[in-house]
Amino acid sequence: MQSKEEILDQLFEVVRPYCEQPITLREQTRLIEDVGLNSMKVMELVMQVEDHFDVSVPLNILPDVQTVGEFAEQVQKLLKDG
Amino acid sequence: MMSLFDKFLPLEETRTELVAGSGVDPFHVVVEKVVSATEAMIHGRKVIMAGTNNYLGLTFDPECVAAACTALREEGTGTTGSRMANGSYAAHVALENELAVFFNCPAAIVFSTGYIANLAILSTLVGPEDVILLDVDCHASIYDGTRLGAARVIRFRHNDPADLEKRLQRLGQRVGNTLVVVEGIYSMLGDRAPLREIVDIKNRFGATLLVDEAHSLGVLGQQGRGLAEELGVEAEVDFITGTFSKSLGTIGGFCVSRWPELEYARYAMRPYMFTASSSPPLISSTRKALEILCRSTALRKKLWDNATQLYQGLAAMGFELGPEISPVIAVRLPASVSETTVLWNELLSQGIYVNLVLPPATPSGGPLLRCSLSAAHSKVQINAILDAFSLIKEKLQHP
Repeated sequence: MQSKEEILDQLFEVVRPYCEQPITLREQTRLIEDVGLNSMKVMELVMQVEDHFDVSVPLNILPDVQTVGEFAEQVQKLLKDG
Repeated sequence: MMSLFDKFLPLEETRTELVAGSGVDPFHVVVEKVVSATEAMIHGRKVIMAGTNNYLGLTFDPECVAAACTALREEGTGTTGSRMANGSYAAHVALENELAVFFNCPAAIVFSTGYIANLAILSTLVGPEDVILLDVDCHASIYDGTRLGAARVIRFRHNDPADLEKRLQRLGQRVGNTLVVVEGIYSMLGDRAPLREIVDIKNRFGATLLVDEAHSLGVLGQQGRGLAEELGVEAEVDFITGTFSKSLGTIGGFCVSRWPELEYARYAMRPYMFTASSSPPLISSTRKALEILCRSTALRKKLWDNATQLYQGLAAMGFELGPEISPVIAVRLPASVSETTVLWNELLSQGIYVNLVLPPATPSGGPLLRCSLSAAHSKVQINAILDAFSLIKEKLQHP
Protein backbone atom coordinates (compact mmCIF):
# COMPACT_ATOMS: atom_id res chain seq x y z
CA MET A 1 0.00 0.00 0.00
CA GLN A 2 1.59 3.25 -1.13
CA SER A 3 1.53 6.28 1.13
CA LYS A 4 -0.03 9.51 -0.05
CA GLU A 5 3.47 11.05 -0.21
CA GLU A 6 4.71 8.28 -2.49
CA ILE A 7 1.68 8.70 -4.75
CA LEU A 8 2.14 12.46 -4.70
CA ASP A 9 5.78 12.19 -5.82
CA GLN A 10 4.77 10.00 -8.76
CA LEU A 11 1.85 12.26 -9.59
CA PHE A 12 4.18 15.28 -9.78
CA GLU A 13 6.15 13.44 -12.48
CA VAL A 14 3.00 12.62 -14.46
CA VAL A 15 1.64 16.17 -14.17
CA ARG A 16 4.92 18.01 -14.86
CA PRO A 17 4.85 17.71 -18.70
CA TYR A 18 1.41 19.35 -18.67
CA CYS A 19 2.63 22.57 -16.98
CA GLU A 20 2.26 25.54 -19.29
CA GLN A 21 4.81 27.52 -17.28
CA PRO A 22 7.77 26.23 -15.27
CA ILE A 23 6.23 26.00 -11.79
CA THR A 24 7.11 24.10 -8.64
CA LEU A 25 4.45 21.44 -8.15
CA ARG A 26 3.08 21.17 -4.62
CA GLU A 27 0.19 19.38 -3.00
CA GLN A 28 -1.86 22.59 -3.20
CA THR A 29 -1.13 23.22 -6.90
CA ARG A 30 -4.43 23.61 -8.76
CA LEU A 31 -4.73 21.61 -11.97
CA ILE A 32 -6.68 24.17 -13.96
CA GLU A 33 -5.62 27.54 -12.59
CA ASP A 34 -1.93 26.76 -11.85
CA VAL A 35 -0.98 23.91 -14.22
CA GLY A 36 -3.10 25.41 -17.00
CA LEU A 37 -5.14 22.36 -17.98
CA ASN A 38 -8.25 22.76 -20.14
CA SER A 39 -11.07 20.20 -20.17
CA MET A 40 -9.40 18.09 -22.89
CA LYS A 41 -6.04 18.10 -21.14
CA VAL A 42 -7.70 17.05 -17.88
CA MET A 43 -9.08 13.96 -19.60
CA GLU A 44 -5.69 13.22 -21.17
CA LEU A 45 -4.04 13.51 -17.76
CA VAL A 46 -6.62 11.19 -16.22
CA MET A 47 -5.73 8.49 -18.78
CA GLN A 48 -2.02 8.96 -18.05
CA VAL A 49 -2.65 8.62 -14.32
CA GLU A 50 -4.75 5.49 -14.94
CA ASP A 51 -1.90 3.91 -16.91
CA HIS A 52 0.74 4.90 -14.38
CA PHE A 53 -1.08 3.57 -11.31
CA ASP A 54 -3.01 0.79 -13.08
CA VAL A 55 -6.36 2.06 -11.82
CA SER A 56 -9.57 3.24 -13.50
CA VAL A 57 -10.52 6.76 -12.42
CA PRO A 58 -14.32 7.23 -12.46
CA LEU A 59 -15.53 10.48 -14.02
CA ASN A 60 -17.76 10.94 -10.97
CA ILE A 61 -14.84 11.85 -8.70
CA LEU A 62 -13.39 14.56 -10.94
CA PRO A 63 -15.54 17.41 -9.57
CA ASP A 64 -13.85 16.76 -6.19
CA VAL A 65 -10.35 16.98 -7.65
CA GLN A 66 -9.09 20.55 -7.83
CA THR A 67 -5.48 20.13 -6.68
CA VAL A 68 -2.67 17.62 -7.20
CA GLY A 69 -3.03 16.66 -3.52
CA GLU A 70 -6.73 15.89 -3.93
CA PHE A 71 -5.92 13.79 -6.98
CA ALA A 72 -3.35 11.85 -4.94
CA GLU A 73 -5.96 11.19 -2.22
CA GLN A 74 -8.41 9.85 -4.79
CA VAL A 75 -5.75 7.63 -6.40
CA GLN A 76 -4.84 6.27 -2.96
CA LYS A 77 -8.50 5.48 -2.31
CA LEU A 78 -8.85 3.78 -5.71
CA LEU A 79 -5.72 1.70 -5.13
CA LYS A 80 -7.14 0.60 -1.78
CA ASP A 81 -10.80 0.02 -2.70
CA GLY A 82 -10.63 -0.58 -6.46
CA MET B 1 -24.16 42.79 -17.00
CA MET B 2 -25.38 40.19 -14.56
CA SER B 3 -22.48 38.10 -13.21
CA LEU B 4 -24.38 34.93 -14.06
CA PHE B 5 -23.28 35.48 -17.65
CA ASP B 6 -19.57 35.93 -16.84
CA LYS B 7 -18.76 32.26 -17.35
CA PHE B 8 -19.96 32.46 -20.95
CA LEU B 9 -17.64 35.31 -21.87
CA PRO B 10 -14.76 33.09 -23.13
CA LEU B 11 -17.28 31.28 -25.35
CA GLU B 12 -18.60 34.56 -26.69
CA GLU B 13 -15.06 35.85 -27.30
CA THR B 14 -14.24 32.71 -29.31
CA ARG B 15 -17.42 33.09 -31.33
CA THR B 16 -16.68 36.77 -32.00
CA GLU B 17 -13.16 35.89 -33.16
CA LEU B 18 -14.48 33.22 -35.53
CA VAL B 19 -17.05 35.63 -36.98
CA ALA B 20 -14.41 38.34 -37.39
CA GLY B 21 -12.07 35.90 -39.16
CA SER B 22 -14.54 34.28 -41.52
CA GLY B 23 -17.30 36.89 -41.83
CA VAL B 24 -20.03 34.47 -40.83
CA ASP B 25 -21.18 32.74 -37.64
CA PRO B 26 -20.64 29.04 -38.41
CA PHE B 27 -22.92 27.97 -35.58
CA HIS B 28 -25.85 30.17 -36.51
CA VAL B 29 -26.37 29.35 -40.15
CA VAL B 30 -29.93 30.17 -41.18
CA VAL B 31 -31.45 27.81 -43.73
CA GLU B 32 -33.76 30.27 -45.48
CA LYS B 33 -35.62 27.66 -47.48
CA VAL B 34 -35.36 23.90 -47.77
CA VAL B 35 -35.44 22.96 -51.45
CA SER B 36 -35.11 19.18 -51.25
CA ALA B 37 -33.49 16.43 -49.17
CA THR B 38 -30.09 17.62 -50.40
CA GLU B 39 -30.50 21.31 -51.21
CA ALA B 40 -31.39 24.49 -49.35
CA MET B 41 -31.19 28.26 -49.70
CA ILE B 42 -28.52 29.85 -47.50
CA HIS B 43 -27.42 33.49 -47.82
CA GLY B 44 -29.80 33.83 -50.77
CA ARG B 45 -28.27 31.05 -52.87
CA LYS B 46 -28.85 27.37 -53.44
CA VAL B 47 -26.48 25.15 -51.48
CA ILE B 48 -25.84 21.38 -51.52
CA MET B 49 -26.42 20.12 -48.00
CA ALA B 50 -23.62 17.67 -47.18
CA GLY B 51 -23.86 17.69 -43.41
CA THR B 52 -27.40 16.73 -42.50
CA ASN B 53 -27.22 13.01 -41.49
CA ASN B 54 -30.21 12.51 -43.81
CA TYR B 55 -28.69 9.18 -44.81
CA LEU B 56 -31.57 7.69 -46.77
CA GLY B 57 -32.91 11.05 -47.95
CA LEU B 58 -36.42 10.33 -46.68
CA THR B 59 -37.30 13.85 -45.45
CA PHE B 60 -39.20 14.57 -48.67
CA ASP B 61 -40.29 11.03 -49.47
CA PRO B 62 -43.87 11.35 -50.79
CA GLU B 63 -45.14 8.40 -48.72
CA CYS B 64 -43.63 9.78 -45.50
CA VAL B 65 -44.96 13.28 -46.19
CA ALA B 66 -48.44 11.88 -46.96
CA ALA B 67 -48.43 9.81 -43.75
CA ALA B 68 -47.49 12.90 -41.74
CA CYS B 69 -50.18 15.02 -43.42
CA THR B 70 -52.89 12.43 -42.75
CA ALA B 71 -51.93 12.14 -39.08
CA LEU B 72 -51.76 15.91 -38.77
CA ARG B 73 -55.28 16.31 -40.10
CA GLU B 74 -56.73 13.39 -38.14
CA GLU B 75 -54.89 13.68 -34.80
CA GLY B 76 -53.65 17.25 -34.60
CA THR B 77 -50.33 19.01 -34.23
CA GLY B 78 -49.20 17.65 -30.87
CA THR B 79 -49.95 15.45 -27.90
CA THR B 80 -49.58 18.33 -25.40
CA GLY B 81 -48.08 16.12 -22.71
CA SER B 82 -46.27 12.98 -21.71
CA ARG B 83 -47.48 9.48 -22.48
CA MET B 84 -47.71 8.74 -18.78
CA ALA B 85 -49.95 11.73 -18.05
CA ASN B 86 -51.89 12.19 -21.29
CA GLY B 87 -51.87 8.60 -22.51
CA SER B 88 -50.15 6.93 -25.42
CA TYR B 89 -51.66 7.37 -28.85
CA ALA B 90 -52.30 4.13 -30.70
CA ALA B 91 -49.57 5.11 -33.16
CA HIS B 92 -46.93 5.34 -30.38
CA VAL B 93 -47.71 1.78 -29.36
CA ALA B 94 -47.84 0.62 -32.99
CA LEU B 95 -44.39 2.08 -33.65
CA GLU B 96 -43.00 0.30 -30.58
CA ASN B 97 -44.46 -2.97 -31.82
CA GLU B 98 -43.01 -2.40 -35.28
CA LEU B 99 -39.57 -1.66 -33.86
CA ALA B 100 -39.75 -4.82 -31.73
CA VAL B 101 -40.56 -6.88 -34.83
CA PHE B 102 -37.88 -5.13 -36.92
CA PHE B 103 -35.16 -5.83 -34.34
CA ASN B 104 -36.64 -9.20 -33.36
CA CYS B 105 -36.67 -8.08 -29.72
CA PRO B 106 -39.38 -8.59 -27.08
CA ALA B 107 -39.15 -5.02 -25.76
CA ALA B 108 -39.15 -1.58 -27.37
CA ILE B 109 -39.68 1.91 -25.98
CA VAL B 110 -40.06 5.05 -28.08
CA PHE B 111 -38.76 8.39 -26.79
CA SER B 112 -39.28 11.95 -27.96
CA THR B 113 -35.69 12.34 -29.26
CA GLY B 114 -32.58 10.23 -29.61
CA TYR B 115 -30.91 12.39 -26.98
CA ILE B 116 -33.73 11.64 -24.56
CA ALA B 117 -33.50 7.90 -25.30
CA ASN B 118 -29.88 7.82 -24.14
CA LEU B 119 -30.60 10.16 -21.25
CA ALA B 120 -33.39 7.86 -20.05
CA ILE B 121 -31.57 4.56 -20.46
CA LEU B 122 -28.17 5.61 -19.14
CA SER B 123 -29.63 7.42 -16.13
CA THR B 124 -32.09 4.70 -15.11
CA LEU B 125 -30.94 1.20 -16.04
CA VAL B 126 -27.72 1.57 -14.11
CA GLY B 127 -27.86 2.64 -10.46
CA PRO B 128 -25.46 3.62 -7.67
CA GLU B 129 -24.12 0.08 -7.29
CA ASP B 130 -23.46 -0.32 -11.01
CA VAL B 131 -20.68 0.70 -13.39
CA ILE B 132 -20.84 2.18 -16.88
CA LEU B 133 -17.80 1.54 -19.07
CA LEU B 134 -18.04 3.74 -22.13
CA ASP B 135 -15.90 4.37 -25.18
CA VAL B 136 -14.23 7.74 -24.78
CA ASP B 137 -15.65 8.95 -28.12
CA CYS B 138 -19.28 8.25 -27.18
CA HIS B 139 -21.84 10.93 -28.00
CA ALA B 140 -22.70 13.73 -25.56
CA SER B 141 -26.16 12.22 -24.98
CA ILE B 142 -24.48 9.15 -23.47
CA TYR B 143 -22.24 11.24 -21.22
CA ASP B 144 -25.18 13.41 -20.19
CA GLY B 145 -27.27 10.33 -19.40
CA THR B 146 -24.57 9.09 -17.05
CA ARG B 147 -24.48 12.49 -15.31
CA LEU B 148 -28.20 12.32 -14.68
CA GLY B 149 -27.78 8.88 -13.11
CA ALA B 150 -25.74 7.63 -10.19
CA ALA B 151 -23.59 4.82 -11.64
CA ARG B 152 -19.80 4.88 -11.46
CA VAL B 153 -18.61 6.02 -14.92
CA ILE B 154 -15.32 4.83 -16.41
CA ARG B 155 -14.04 5.48 -19.92
CA PHE B 156 -11.99 3.18 -22.12
CA ARG B 157 -9.82 4.20 -25.06
CA HIS B 158 -11.62 4.60 -28.36
CA ASN B 159 -12.16 1.31 -30.22
CA ASP B 160 -9.58 -0.40 -28.00
CA PRO B 161 -10.86 -3.84 -26.85
CA ALA B 162 -7.64 -4.50 -24.91
CA ASP B 163 -8.17 -1.34 -22.85
CA LEU B 164 -11.79 -2.36 -22.24
CA GLU B 165 -10.64 -5.78 -21.08
CA LYS B 166 -8.07 -4.27 -18.72
CA ARG B 167 -10.71 -2.04 -17.13
CA LEU B 168 -13.21 -4.90 -16.77
CA GLN B 169 -10.47 -6.93 -15.10
CA ARG B 170 -9.87 -4.11 -12.59
CA LEU B 171 -13.53 -4.10 -11.56
CA GLY B 172 -13.28 -7.48 -9.82
CA GLN B 173 -16.62 -8.48 -8.24
CA ARG B 174 -18.44 -5.48 -9.71
CA VAL B 175 -17.97 -6.64 -13.29
CA GLY B 176 -21.37 -8.39 -13.28
CA ASN B 177 -23.03 -5.02 -12.64
CA THR B 178 -21.33 -3.33 -15.53
CA LEU B 179 -22.87 -1.87 -18.67
CA VAL B 180 -20.46 -1.44 -21.59
CA VAL B 181 -21.53 1.33 -23.99
CA VAL B 182 -20.33 1.72 -27.59
CA GLU B 183 -21.66 3.10 -30.87
CA GLY B 184 -22.25 1.36 -34.20
CA ILE B 185 -20.76 4.22 -36.22
CA TYR B 186 -19.11 7.08 -34.37
CA SER B 187 -20.55 10.43 -35.34
CA MET B 188 -17.36 12.42 -35.76
CA LEU B 189 -14.98 10.19 -37.73
CA GLY B 190 -17.48 7.68 -39.13
CA ASP B 191 -15.53 4.69 -37.81
CA ARG B 192 -17.21 1.54 -36.45
CA ALA B 193 -16.84 -0.17 -33.12
CA PRO B 194 -14.88 -3.48 -33.17
CA LEU B 195 -18.10 -5.07 -31.99
CA ARG B 196 -17.18 -8.75 -32.37
CA GLU B 197 -14.18 -8.33 -30.08
CA ILE B 198 -16.20 -6.23 -27.64
CA VAL B 199 -18.99 -8.83 -27.52
CA ASP B 200 -16.43 -11.56 -26.90
CA ILE B 201 -14.90 -9.62 -24.00
CA LYS B 202 -18.21 -8.65 -22.39
CA ASN B 203 -19.34 -12.30 -22.60
CA ARG B 204 -16.17 -13.54 -20.92
CA PHE B 205 -16.61 -11.08 -18.06
CA GLY B 206 -20.39 -11.40 -17.78
CA ALA B 207 -21.01 -7.70 -18.40
CA THR B 208 -23.95 -6.28 -20.37
CA LEU B 209 -23.69 -4.32 -23.60
CA LEU B 210 -25.49 -1.34 -25.08
CA VAL B 211 -24.89 -0.30 -28.69
CA ASP B 212 -26.05 3.09 -29.89
CA GLU B 213 -26.94 2.57 -33.55
CA ALA B 214 -27.90 6.22 -34.17
CA HIS B 215 -25.63 6.56 -37.21
CA SER B 216 -25.79 2.93 -38.32
CA LEU B 217 -29.55 2.28 -38.39
CA GLY B 218 -30.55 2.05 -42.05
CA VAL B 219 -26.87 2.26 -42.98
CA LEU B 220 -25.35 -1.10 -41.96
CA GLY B 221 -26.67 -4.66 -42.07
CA GLN B 222 -28.55 -6.60 -44.71
CA GLN B 223 -31.87 -5.39 -43.28
CA GLY B 224 -30.51 -2.03 -42.09
CA ARG B 225 -30.59 -2.84 -38.38
CA GLY B 226 -27.07 -1.57 -37.84
CA LEU B 227 -23.60 -2.82 -36.95
CA ALA B 228 -24.80 -5.62 -34.64
CA GLU B 229 -26.76 -7.10 -37.54
CA GLU B 230 -23.90 -6.63 -39.99
CA LEU B 231 -21.52 -8.56 -37.72
CA GLY B 232 -24.07 -11.20 -36.71
CA VAL B 233 -23.94 -10.44 -32.98
CA GLU B 234 -27.44 -9.09 -32.35
CA ALA B 235 -28.35 -11.95 -30.01
CA GLU B 236 -25.49 -10.96 -27.73
CA VAL B 237 -26.24 -7.24 -27.56
CA ASP B 238 -28.44 -6.46 -24.55
CA PHE B 239 -29.70 -3.01 -25.50
CA ILE B 240 -29.80 -1.01 -28.72
CA THR B 241 -30.61 2.69 -28.69
CA GLY B 242 -31.05 4.89 -31.72
CA THR B 243 -32.67 7.91 -33.26
CA PHE B 244 -35.31 8.63 -35.89
CA SER B 245 -33.62 11.88 -36.84
CA LYS B 246 -31.05 10.46 -39.22
CA SER B 247 -31.97 7.57 -41.56
CA LEU B 248 -35.68 7.84 -40.79
CA GLY B 249 -35.74 11.59 -41.43
CA THR B 250 -37.96 12.64 -38.50
CA ILE B 251 -37.40 13.22 -34.75
CA GLY B 252 -37.48 10.69 -31.95
CA GLY B 253 -35.50 7.92 -30.30
CA PHE B 254 -35.85 4.34 -29.17
CA CYS B 255 -34.42 1.53 -27.10
CA VAL B 256 -34.96 -2.14 -27.91
CA SER B 257 -33.77 -5.07 -25.86
CA ARG B 258 -33.58 -8.84 -25.90
CA TRP B 259 -34.70 -8.56 -22.28
CA PRO B 260 -38.51 -8.18 -21.92
CA GLU B 261 -37.82 -6.73 -18.46
CA LEU B 262 -36.88 -3.46 -20.16
CA GLU B 263 -40.59 -2.73 -19.84
CA TYR B 264 -40.19 -2.59 -16.02
CA ALA B 265 -37.94 0.46 -16.40
CA ARG B 266 -40.37 2.47 -18.56
CA TYR B 267 -42.07 4.22 -15.65
CA ALA B 268 -38.84 4.83 -13.78
CA MET B 269 -37.27 6.88 -16.58
CA ARG B 270 -37.66 10.55 -15.80
CA PRO B 271 -36.76 11.69 -19.34
CA TYR B 272 -39.64 9.47 -20.55
CA MET B 273 -42.06 10.50 -17.83
CA PHE B 274 -41.61 14.27 -17.96
CA THR B 275 -41.35 15.03 -21.68
CA ALA B 276 -44.18 15.60 -24.13
CA SER B 277 -44.53 12.59 -26.40
CA SER B 278 -43.86 12.74 -30.14
CA SER B 279 -46.51 14.43 -32.24
CA PRO B 280 -48.83 12.39 -34.49
CA PRO B 281 -47.23 13.54 -37.79
CA LEU B 282 -43.78 12.62 -36.48
CA ILE B 283 -44.83 9.16 -35.37
CA SER B 284 -46.70 8.46 -38.60
CA SER B 285 -43.87 9.55 -40.88
CA THR B 286 -41.42 7.55 -38.75
CA ARG B 287 -43.56 4.43 -39.14
CA LYS B 288 -43.70 4.94 -42.90
CA ALA B 289 -39.92 5.56 -43.07
CA LEU B 290 -39.29 2.35 -41.10
CA GLU B 291 -41.52 0.49 -43.54
CA ILE B 292 -39.51 1.89 -46.48
CA LEU B 293 -36.25 1.00 -44.74
CA CYS B 294 -37.51 -2.58 -44.29
CA ARG B 295 -38.56 -3.10 -47.89
CA SER B 296 -35.77 -1.33 -49.77
CA THR B 297 -32.06 -2.07 -49.95
CA ALA B 298 -31.66 0.24 -52.94
CA LEU B 299 -31.37 3.38 -50.80
CA ARG B 300 -28.65 1.79 -48.68
CA LYS B 301 -26.74 0.76 -51.78
CA LYS B 302 -26.99 4.28 -53.24
CA LEU B 303 -25.82 5.76 -49.93
CA TRP B 304 -22.72 3.54 -49.91
CA ASP B 305 -21.99 4.29 -53.59
CA ASN B 306 -22.08 7.99 -52.77
CA ALA B 307 -19.95 7.54 -49.65
CA THR B 308 -17.36 5.55 -51.60
CA GLN B 309 -17.22 8.14 -54.38
CA LEU B 310 -16.68 11.04 -51.98
CA TYR B 311 -14.26 9.23 -49.67
CA GLN B 312 -12.10 7.96 -52.52
CA GLY B 313 -12.19 11.34 -54.27
CA LEU B 314 -11.08 13.20 -51.14
CA ALA B 315 -8.44 10.56 -50.36
CA ALA B 316 -7.06 10.90 -53.90
CA MET B 317 -6.65 14.65 -53.28
CA GLY B 318 -4.53 13.81 -50.25
CA PHE B 319 -6.92 14.88 -47.49
CA GLU B 320 -6.56 13.24 -44.07
CA LEU B 321 -9.83 11.38 -43.52
CA GLY B 322 -11.45 9.07 -40.99
CA PRO B 323 -10.06 5.51 -40.98
CA GLU B 324 -12.71 3.85 -43.18
CA ILE B 325 -15.29 4.56 -45.87
CA SER B 326 -18.50 5.64 -44.22
CA PRO B 327 -21.46 7.96 -44.88
CA VAL B 328 -19.80 10.17 -42.26
CA ILE B 329 -16.61 11.54 -43.80
CA ALA B 330 -14.46 13.74 -41.60
CA VAL B 331 -11.74 15.86 -43.14
CA ARG B 332 -8.94 16.89 -40.81
CA LEU B 333 -7.07 19.90 -42.14
CA PRO B 334 -3.54 20.94 -41.24
CA ALA B 335 -4.96 24.26 -40.06
CA SER B 336 -5.93 26.14 -36.91
CA VAL B 337 -9.50 26.62 -35.72
CA SER B 338 -9.72 30.07 -37.30
CA GLU B 339 -8.14 28.91 -40.58
CA THR B 340 -10.49 25.92 -40.73
CA THR B 341 -13.45 28.23 -40.14
CA VAL B 342 -12.36 30.39 -43.08
CA LEU B 343 -12.09 27.25 -45.25
CA TRP B 344 -15.50 26.04 -44.06
CA ASN B 345 -16.94 29.40 -45.15
CA GLU B 346 -15.12 29.07 -48.47
CA LEU B 347 -16.94 25.77 -49.02
CA LEU B 348 -20.23 27.48 -48.20
CA SER B 349 -19.51 30.24 -50.68
CA GLN B 350 -18.82 27.48 -53.25
CA GLY B 351 -22.35 26.20 -52.53
CA ILE B 352 -21.46 23.31 -50.21
CA TYR B 353 -22.65 23.08 -46.60
CA VAL B 354 -20.71 20.75 -44.31
CA ASN B 355 -20.42 20.67 -40.52
CA LEU B 356 -17.65 22.64 -38.86
CA VAL B 357 -16.69 20.72 -35.72
CA LEU B 358 -14.34 22.32 -33.25
CA PRO B 359 -12.53 21.03 -30.17
CA PRO B 360 -13.42 19.85 -27.57
CA ALA B 361 -16.19 18.13 -29.59
CA THR B 362 -13.66 16.42 -31.86
CA PRO B 363 -11.56 13.31 -31.22
CA SER B 364 -7.84 14.07 -30.84
CA GLY B 365 -8.45 17.75 -30.45
CA GLY B 366 -8.18 19.27 -33.96
CA PRO B 367 -10.92 20.96 -35.99
CA LEU B 368 -12.83 18.91 -38.56
CA LEU B 369 -14.88 19.54 -41.67
CA ARG B 370 -17.47 16.81 -41.34
CA CYS B 371 -19.51 15.64 -44.32
CA SER B 372 -22.45 13.30 -44.11
CA LEU B 373 -23.91 11.83 -47.25
CA SER B 374 -27.38 10.87 -48.37
CA ALA B 375 -28.81 8.33 -50.76
CA ALA B 376 -30.57 11.34 -52.27
CA HIS B 377 -27.31 12.97 -53.38
CA SER B 378 -26.72 12.67 -57.12
CA LYS B 379 -23.37 11.89 -58.71
CA VAL B 380 -23.34 15.45 -60.01
CA GLN B 381 -23.72 16.76 -56.45
CA ILE B 382 -20.92 14.53 -55.17
CA ASN B 383 -18.70 15.87 -57.95
CA ALA B 384 -19.62 19.42 -56.94
CA ILE B 385 -18.61 18.64 -53.33
CA LEU B 386 -15.30 17.23 -54.60
CA ASP B 387 -14.70 20.32 -56.79
CA ALA B 388 -15.23 22.60 -53.79
CA PHE B 389 -12.80 20.57 -51.67
CA SER B 390 -10.31 20.72 -54.52
CA LEU B 391 -10.36 24.53 -54.26
CA ILE B 392 -9.80 24.22 -50.53
CA LYS B 393 -6.80 22.01 -51.22
CA GLU B 394 -5.35 24.65 -53.52
CA LYS B 395 -5.81 27.32 -50.88
CA LEU B 396 -4.04 25.15 -48.34
CA GLN B 397 -1.13 24.56 -50.70
CA HIS B 398 -0.94 28.18 -51.92
CA PRO B 399 -2.33 30.34 -49.14
